[in-house]
Amino acid sequence: MAEAQDFTLKIRRFDPESGEQAHWQDFGVELDPDRSVLDGILQVKDREDASLAIRCSCRAAICGSCGVRINGKSALACNTRLSDAKQTAFNGAIAVEPMGNMPVIKDLIVDMDAVHWKKIQRVVPWLLPEGDPPEREYIVPAEAMIDVTQSMACIQCGVCVSACLSLEVDPEFIGPAALAKAYRFVGDPRDDHTEERLRDLAEDPHGIYDCTHCFACIEVCPKDVAPMSQIMRLRRRATADFGIKDSNNGYGHEKGFVDIIEKWGTLHEAQLLPRSFGDGSMIKGQTEPGAVKQLVESLPTAFRGLKSGKITPRKALLHPKLPDQKNVKHIYKEVHDRDKRIELNLYIVSENSVEEEGAQGEGSGEN
Amino acid sequence: MPHHDVLVIGAGLAGQRAALSAAEQGANVGIISKVHPVRSHSNAAQGGINAALDPEDSWESHAFDTVKGSDYLGDQDAIEIMCREAPDELLELEHLGVTFHRDETGHLGKRAFGGASAARTYYVADITGQAILHVLYEQLMKHDVVHRYEEWFTTALVQDEEGKVSGAVTRNIRDGSMELFAAKSVILATGGNGQVFNPTTNALVCTGDAIAMAYRIGAPLMDMEMIQYHPTTLAGLGLLITEGARGEGAHLYNAGGERFMEKYAPNKMELASRDVVSRAEQTEINEGRGFPDGTVALDITVVPRKRIHEALREILNVGRDFAGVDITKEPIHIKPGNHYAMGGVKSDTDGLTSIPGLYAVGECACVSVHGGNRLGANSLLDTLIFGRRAGAHAGKRSKGSPMPQPSRASLDDEEARIRAIFDRERSGRRVSEIKAELGATMDEKCSVYRDEEGLREALEVVTRLREEAKVATVDDRGTIFNQDLLGALELQFMIDNAETILVSAIERKESRGAQYRTDFPDRNDDDWLKHITVQPNGDGEAPEIEYSEVTMTQWEPEERTY
Repeated sequence: MAEAQDFTLKIRRFDPESGEQAHWQDFGVELDPDRSVLDGILQVKDREDASLAIRCSCRAAICGSCGVRINGKSALACNTRLSDAKQTAFNGAIAVEPMGNMPVIKDLIVDMDAVHWKKIQRVVPWLLPEGDPPEREYIVPAEAMIDVTQSMACIQCGVCVSACLSLEVDPEFIGPAALAKAYRFVGDPRDDHTEERLRDLAEDPHGIYDCTHCFACIEVCPKDVAPMSQIMRLRRRATADFGIKDSNNGYGHEKGFVDIIEKWGTLHEAQLLPRSFGDGSMIKGQTEPGAVKQLVESLPTAFRGLKSGKITPRKALLHPKLPDQKNVKHIYKEVHDRDKRIELNLYIVSENSVEEEGAQGEGSGEN
Repeated sequence: MPHHDVLVIGAGLAGQRAALSAAEQGANVGIISKVHPVRSHSNAAQGGINAALDPEDSWESHAFDTVKGSDYLGDQDAIEIMCREAPDELLELEHLGVTFHRDETGHLGKRAFGGASAARTYYVADITGQAILHVLYEQLMKHDVVHRYEEWFTTALVQDEEGKVSGAVTRNIRDGSMELFAAKSVILATGGNGQVFNPTTNALVCTGDAIAMAYRIGAPLMDMEMIQYHPTTLAGLGLLITEGARGEGAHLYNAGGERFMEKYAPNKMELASRDVVSRAEQTEINEGRGFPDGTVALDITVVPRKRIHEALREILNVGRDFAGVDITKEPIHIKPGNHYAMGGVKSDTDGLTSIPGLYAVGECACVSVHGGNRLGANSLLDTLIFGRRAGAHAGKRSKGSPMPQPSRASLDDEEARIRAIFDRERSGRRVSEIKAELGATMDEKCSVYRDEEGLREALEVVTRLREEAKVATVDDRGTIFNQDLLGALELQFMIDNAETILVSAIERKESRGAQYRTDFPDRNDDDWLKHITVQPNGDGEAPEIEYSEVTMTQWEPEERTY
């Protein structure tokens, strides 16, 4: 253990009973730099001001209580080291404020019921098996159980909900935590409502196609649940496995995108919109009223592009292929020729051990 | 006044299981918890759940291991029930959706655990408790028949004139309002009292609330001296490294590189029962063979890396985030640390306590299935089996009986008690200071090795702290999320726990299970093969001590070696 050092915690205070606006308050703490921001907050409570409110319990990143924003980044206070937090601090003061996208109740405590738990409830978060259970256990592949263990590892801390950029613009978005929870059932071979679940989440305008792929949830998740990866897997299950053509054009957009890259190597913007509306088909999309409407709506953007020289009529209409487009096609062939889709689940195989050749088989756990 | 046929206090595994099971009986059920249910400390149970499900295994073998693990202090009738019902309970959890690990044939896979004669621990990576807790909460969300009071703090139990429990007084943490609940039955399920010790693997919420509340209304507490020190906790922080690590093959070494368990448990080695391993480690450390930071080393690098990633994932994170150690590459320093209370509110195999209408299940209860020492992966089982049984019993019992009308006086009393806390002069010690002294004292004097002198010193300290706690300074006078007030109330609960632990530990003049008395180093079946129970003495003086017999069915005490 290193020696104790001085740190300044700049904490966002709010007491609804005081009639005062939310404000920052600085506290000095003295702790081993390897201790956590939560330890720092607890020292403030213990020594200086016990009215400072934060939910916390396990101190070990398993109960999911202490989600906050530290120097603007959503995280659990208990598994963020003071020394690390200091490195991203502005003017040396570690800023701690309540999580985003949820209403603040007091100091660092937010109303998770109003947002997080409502969204969890939305995804029908319980197993729906077919008929009566078997006499013994359900027999299912070992990999399937390890696979859903990644979303099972979610501790419902709400840190991803706090960091989600889509939620910021669309508060109705089901969001990363709840969709990861949804995958826990979609990926579970015991569940009998896979297609219904996927159709529901694809058709919901705030469902799986509302995610903008920003990676924020993956970056902040303290448990490596990788919510966005789970959302992408929900999409692949919906499109590739069930061919669900949704009214949000998620299917068409994805198929259009993939086909365009296969053909040209880079994105052909002019083709993407009609293809998205036409379930991936250019011909079908051109006659879709929705596509025409959106095309008209996007004209001002197109004009601005033309004016600034970002778009030229030639580039827009005659999209050039990549010079080595053959190689792109080769990649597509590789993937298409596989017997089954490979989902890289870093929960099972760490980044370090990807290259390590099968250290051990899918062990039974008996030893 | 909110009223329920069955009111469950605490929403970890025991509480949720009890609530679901009472609801299955058609009872109107309420469940109160001071934290959101999924924040409960059942989350921390990493390694797994024991069940003799394999046809080659038998419940008798599981029961014998448990009896032996308990150092023959466990009640064998209760142990038999728990071990017999374990396979069905496990299968039911599987059917509800718990993502238990499978073997290569797709059947449930299992791992080895300490003190067990067969591999019978079923698991979800090393998040078994979390996985089960979340699946039970899914069921609560699904059925919506159980009324949930999330973030409500129970301050006291309420009795009618005849002494029967008729409800509870609670504080809604979110708005500070006080509420009197009426209930035909109250099931206590608030978990353990690890926060009485520092360090501890237990979460900050584990303050022994129900143990103290039941004690205050005269319910006897049993086996309170039996406090488990887990062999593998991080020094300083006290965080848990699952026994699953040793179950997967990890070794223990002293600073000289010696695999010291050879000396203490030549057959089971690292997988001897927890009291044995913790004592071995403490002996190594006390005799100067530990590391300078008062630890020994746990070497998990012998477990294949892929297996660590799929089965010990949480430990990988704990090592990285809290000790700065990559467990796949180097040993991690550990020591014995406070982990589990075998004792608690004396209850029978349906969870009934000595007070009519009051049940206790899970860690706050003492059935007693763990006796002097709990086996790893038996605690989840205990919570589920007895949670279910108590819920069913209370649910059935409620049919046809009238709803009690608890007197408002108890609510007035509790409101006055809280007002008095707010009215305190701000001249007392801080709650945090008293708590810190309590934890350090208990860890110093009442841990792996104990003696009369140390225990009596600790009791003197606790007696002083009790007075200091009565006037401890509270900063926060607010109503919304006043955690300071809750801390002051919890501190008084913890002091009741500490006192009863110490009084029981002083009383037991022998060494058995987790209680090792250096002044009485041998097990003494002639005089001490019995439970110690404590209850409050009417005049507020030291607790009254009584004894109760250990129930034996088919296993006579033998010498205990591993």
